[in-house]
Amino acid sequence: MTDKLDVILIGAGHNGLVCANYLAKAGRKVLVLEAGDSPGGAAASREFAPGYSVSSCAQWLYQLHSGVSRDLDLERHGLQWAARELPSLLLDTRGRHLSLLGSRIDGEGVSDGDREAWRAFHARTGKYVKLLARVFESRPPNLVEAGLVDRLNLLKMGLGLKLLGRDDMSELMRIILTNMYDLAEEYFDNPQLKSLLGFDSVLGSRMGPRTPNTVFTYLYRRLGEAYGYNGVAQVKGGMGALAQALAASARARGVELRLGARVTSIDMFNGRAGGVSLASGEQFRAAVVVSGADPVTTYGTLVGLRNMETGMARRVSQIRCAGAAAKLHLALNAAPRFTGLDESQLGQRLVIAPDLNYLERAFNAVKYDEYSAAPALDISVPTINDPGGAPAGCHVLSAIVQFAPYEPAGGWEGPSTAAGATHREHFTRLILDKIAEYAPGIRDQVVACQLLTPQDIERDYGMRGGHWHHAEMSLDQVLMMRPFPGATQYGSGLDGLYLCGAGAHPGGGVMGLAGRNAAREIIRRGARA
Amino acid sequence: MKSASDATMMLRTPFHSRVAAACELNAWGTWKGYTTPTAYTDVELEYFAIRSTAGVFDLSPMNKYRITGPDAEAYLNRLVTRDVSKIRAGRVGYTVWCNDAGQVMDDGTIFHLGENDYRVCAFARATDWLHWSALGFDVEVVDESDEVAALAVQGPTSCAALLAMGLVGLEQLKPFGLTMFPFEGGTLMVSRTGFTGDLGYELWIAADKAELLWDRLFEAGRPHLIKPFGSDALDMARIEAGFLQAGVDFVPAESAVRSGRSRSPYELGLGWLVDMDKPVFNGRKALLREQARGSRYRFAMLDVDGNKPASHSFILSGGKKVGTVTSAAWCPTAKTNVAFAQLEMPHGDVGQELVAEIYYQRELQWTRVMAPCRVIGAPVFNPPRRRAVPPGAF
Amino acid sequence: MKKYDAIVIGAGHNGLTNAAYLAKSGLDVAVLERNPYIGGATVSRELHRGWTYSNCSYVCSLLRPEIARDLELPRHGLQVVPYGGGVTFMRNGDYYGNYYDHNRQYREMARHSKRDANAYERYTTDVMKQTRLIRPYLLRRPPDPTSLKPRDLRDLLGFARSFMEMGEEGLADTLRFWTKSVGDYLNEYFETDAIKAHLGGTGVIGTALGVYSPGTAYVLLHHYMGDVDGNVGSWGFARGGMGAVAAALEKSFRAFGGEVICDADVDRIIVRHGKVRGVALKNGDEYLADIVVSNLDPRRTFLDVMDEGDLSAELLHRARNFKIRGSSGKLNIALDGLPSFHGLDKSSPLMVGDMHFTDSLERLERAYDDWKDGTWSKDPYVDMLIPTQTDPTMAPPGKHMMTVFVQYAPPKINGGEWTDADKAGFEKSVIDQIAAHSPDFRDLILHCETRTPREIEAETGLTEGNIFQGELTFDQLLFNRPFPGYSQYRGPVRGMYMCGSGTHPGGGVMAAPGANAAREILRDLRRPDVVPGGYADD
Repeated sequence: MTDKLDVILIGAGHNGLVCANYLAKAGRKVLVLEAGDSPGGAAASREFAPGYSVSSCAQWLYQLHSGVSRDLDLERHGLQWAARELPSLLLDTRGRHLSLLGSRIDGEGVSDGDREAWRAFHARTGKYVKLLARVFESRPPNLVEAGLVDRLNLLKMGLGLKLLGRDDMSELMRIILTNMYDLAEEYFDNPQLKSLLGFDSVLGSRMGPRTPNTVFTYLYRRLGEAYGYNGVAQVKGGMGALAQALAASARARGVELRLGARVTSIDMFNGRAGGVSLASGEQFRAAVVVSGADPVTTYGTLVGLRNMETGMARRVSQIRCAGAAAKLHLALNAAPRFTGLDESQLGQRLVIAPDLNYLERAFNAVKYDEYSAAPALDISVPTINDPGGAPAGCHVLSAIVQFAPYEPAGGWEGPSTAAGATHREHFTRLILDKIAEYAPGIRDQVVACQLLTPQDIERDYGMRGGHWHHAEMSLDQVLMMRPFPGATQYGSGLDGLYLCGAGAHPGGGVMGLAGRNAAREIIRRGARA
Repeated sequence: MKSASDATMMLRTPFHSRVAAACELNAWGTWKGYTTPTAYTDVELEYFAIRSTAGVFDLSPMNKYRITGPDAEAYLNRLVTRDVSKIRAGRVGYTVWCNDAGQVMDDGTIFHLGENDYRVCAFARATDWLHWSALGFDVEVVDESDEVAALAVQGPTSCAALLAMGLVGLEQLKPFGLTMFPFEGGTLMVSRTGFTGDLGYELWIAADKAELLWDRLFEAGRPHLIKPFGSDALDMARIEAGFLQAGVDFVPAESAVRSGRSRSPYELGLGWLVDMDKPVFNGRKALLREQARGSRYRFAMLDVDGNKPASHSFILSGGKKVGTVTSAAWCPTAKTNVAFAQLEMPHGDVGQELVAEIYYQRELQWTRVMAPCRVIGAPVFNPPRRRAVPPGAF
Repeated sequence: MKKYDAIVIGAGHNGLTNAAYLAKSGLDVAVLERNPYIGGATVSRELHRGWTYSNCSYVCSLLRPEIARDLELPRHGLQVVPYGGGVTFMRNGDYYGNYYDHNRQYREMARHSKRDANAYERYTTDVMKQTRLIRPYLLRRPPDPTSLKPRDLRDLLGFARSFMEMGEEGLADTLRFWTKSVGDYLNEYFETDAIKAHLGGTGVIGTALGVYSPGTAYVLLHHYMGDVDGNVGSWGFARGGMGAVAAALEKSFRAFGGEVICDADVDRIIVRHGKVRGVALKNGDEYLADIVVSNLDPRRTFLDVMDEGDLSAELLHRARNFKIRGSSGKLNIALDGLPSFHGLDKSSPLMVGDMHFTDSLERLERAYDDWKDGTWSKDPYVDMLIPTQTDPTMAPPGKHMMTVFVQYAPPKINGGEWTDADKAGFEKSVIDQIAAHSPDFRDLILHCETRTPREIEAETGLTEGNIFQGELTFDQLLFNRPFPGYSQYRGPVRGMYMCGSGTHPGGGVMAAPGANAAREILRDLRRPDVVPGGYADD
């Protein structure tokens, strides 16, 4: 079959498809091998109950890089919006919600002082977001063995820092390693505002708002602002539709995409990656192999730790990639009724996280491999803006739930403290109870229910640990330390093998930069058959 | 569960009762916390026992690791720089191992005991690294340092002494060969290896049979003028034979705090142990880079004029410091004043003339000697009996 | 009225060090102390007849040897005696011991795990790499990265160079070390809970962070970078209690002609026309000087003794939000004899060092969860020592003094002040924990002084009882300590300086902030630098 491949790319996740697209655009012959039956990886839509489908992993789009969308011409390839510029609502049991969209803040309890403080805070942090966004658009620089590109990037970074001005620069250097809890306390009075900021800073992470590092994850979350987003957006047809557009664009460029092709090993030839073997027994050879899979899978399973040097194997085994977020899907026979929300607000991003201490306590559990007794939730009712996902008049509720351990003691199917209930059942009940505090009567509307634990996410999407970001977005695992020192700038540290997934710089989120930056780096290094 | 305070924490080797009885000088040192003699009777005489009759050294404190399992060979091949598949069963191989940066962590020997069964004998502790290295391999790594006792029997009459002990056929054992003998219901492993550069063997036995082995050996060896020796005599012999010692001639890579203080195999003159045909082994990528860019240092053996050992000397070329001495000794058999030096590249070509800045002290008066010296290409002591099979009568 | 050249507020070890150097350079200096005795938190007190309590700080390692030598502290009576040992008692009746000697330490660790025992060698190497990086900066002012002044640029360049020498991966490992939690860091080396807990405790001592909080690996360093006679990382007692450090500093200061005035409670720093003029006491007395140095923590300095009108809004905001975070308490106990502990012989050298009862990182972290919840740890982490096994001066022969540092204790209980009932509950949780491992402990107690953050603050003036005068988190370290733009010991008005642990390089009985501040003051006065630089660490 396909002789003279330049590149074999493992995994048709969004980063893989973006990377393949850019490589093909530069004239490389690329074969993408995807284990699943549809492209997209964690950008997927699935039917979880008859007639009900949902964006089964990622649910909002808020940071897809504008340059990537433009270069790939995604709208021409079928990307449509169900809704854009959706605010985030921090829910209140009495219906006194707080609404946040960009610098705009609304809510009953918001004082003028907080309003002013928020505007100032939003503007100042917005500058940091822009600076970060620029850093993320290029490969992470080497500092010691810096080449010309690195020196230029460093110069740009340094210049960007200086251009912030003395005050903003020193403030950035003060806060960048700190936690959102203290920062929010420093700036604001309104507990709802503080909590929403706290929530955004820990979403998808194994961190609580008091965890130093959460200011960085907060800024990371806001990256989309530099790429043209304000608030979150919802893709028509769910994230699976985005995947279809990405796949269509890649195919149009000449990328060959094979679905149902599970790669079982990356084959090394005299210490160099030069091909892959599939579960079917088929083998392919190419000048370079690019992996969009998470780093632990890439190194540990596909290459095999024995095929690299001990220090590297040790680094791989020390990557922290245990997920802490679960996903709950509810099939509802009618629109849910949240206290104090009208129909239009129901389509917005609904957050349950009453205050910072609540959030912190929810986090405590996962440190000990337990799930939160009172979890925090990021809820979407996608069928409000996009009714196609459920039978007429019916609705889907999809929620990111924090915090859930990778595996509680005894396993998810093991017995919990609640009589007769497994951990899975018990946690599901706890989440429903929590939602019901805000949407009384929701239990009677539930037709079907699915809980995806980190372990389920690992199984369904091939992400080790079930972590959305492939590896924790902690400061010791970003930039040149992502996924680990020695495997930076998209080169894996192994000849012939490159990384293009969320486990590489800049990290997770449906952003596409890891894929694009990787493609540029591969082209720069000139690998061809 | 042993309690830490139930003992004095002064560790004793399985031979201790016999060693203590023989240690007439009462000159003790510690090795890895074990009480070990620096000398038994007289350092010079012990040294000459190694070179002229047979000397016995208790090397039980060495670190011994057993590697077993279907991936044992592949595991070792990734671990060390040599091609382990070339060490056949019944053979022993000297090798070094490096970290990913291509810096030497230790040198040691690999004993191929049988199918999928190896023992690694190392100077520095390696449990942690050996376990990390086992990721992805189907092997079992067991630290058997405390369970296996060992004696080195070195010198011209060593074979005769061991034959007298009843080790029939030992004379046929080739250098770096190993063989097993039944011993008091257990097994005695004998390898033709050592750290003295002479004809010699190392005996490996379960700790509970150690004292018995010592007794048998000295009984059978008496007519062959067998004699125990301590670490001081060993140091003279190993320098004469050109052997490096971890912690003395190089800093084990992962214990170097300061950057740039560790050394690669090439920089230690051990490049011959590196097999680049192996696709993956620890340090390969870094060593390939070093081959391309050049090394920073070179290990050199120096023949130093005069009889003052050049310990800790600076080595000068044209009045400029180009290196330092790591080990030095006057070698009584070769009648040569030998020093091991770390020289900055490009110094160290065989034949290069250098100067050693030696300081020595006599009755509290310090004297400086600028001793001319030259780089030599081979150890000064390397007798044919070391290789002969059978070794012949002394 | 007499006018001094300089006035130092607070006779803690940094205030005295600062004053000593100013006096050494020939200035006329007075130190004003609120209490009737000197020392601040570096103090010895006889609170039970015949017993000397080091009732705040209790061990001595970080005190810079350059300063001790330069100020002739030994001649003025200071003797620091190293101690070995250390033990963590485990719930299963076993213990993990810490020995001074490398081989002995290996053996004890190997009793729990041979792999850990070997990994400890790598761990020590790696931590030493980080220690070597930071030590040269202890006796220097931190460079300001936003500044373009030649001195700052030169310092920054030097800093960058020491980074570059580590190589690409070494540098990445350094960044990882600075951003990691001590728990994650230890998990990369060890498998045994008790070993991890024993080592991890030092990563959270004095801070309001848990062992899983990023940034705590660095705090580990604050407990490794000291030395006693060049043995990096080892610890000692000041003979006669920690007050001996302050006493020696005071004698040294007086020998240079300085004056210490006790019972002098400063009300405010007098500022006129943007310049310091002196200080006014609560009793109305005034002392004049063109230079006033505050050894108080940043919050007290700016919010208590300075006038709001003299400060910018930005600085006030910074001072109000400076993270102090009281997190610890203390029990000082007079004992009728040496207590016995399960599984350990009374003659064991392990008992001479620091003792702990927390045998897993999880228990350490759960202790922190209580702090976050606004209450003291129900299963606390203690750092307990019986210095009278080493120092015979602190209790009558055969009797003992025990110091128990306790983590965590919040500055407020559920938002309210500590009550006496809270204090009793706190004390009980500590005594219960010790007694669970020591059958005769309760019966040996002759006197117990319990100090929550409330008591520590009341006596020493340390806000919230924080022993470091402010958290050692990255936002408050180096050029950020105490605030960006004020890290080089100069205050916001001319003639005003800071010299406490709230400035670089931070807390611990190190005396470096005091010395560094003196250097900057002398520089501003264009006087010769009499403050020693650090010994070369080669």
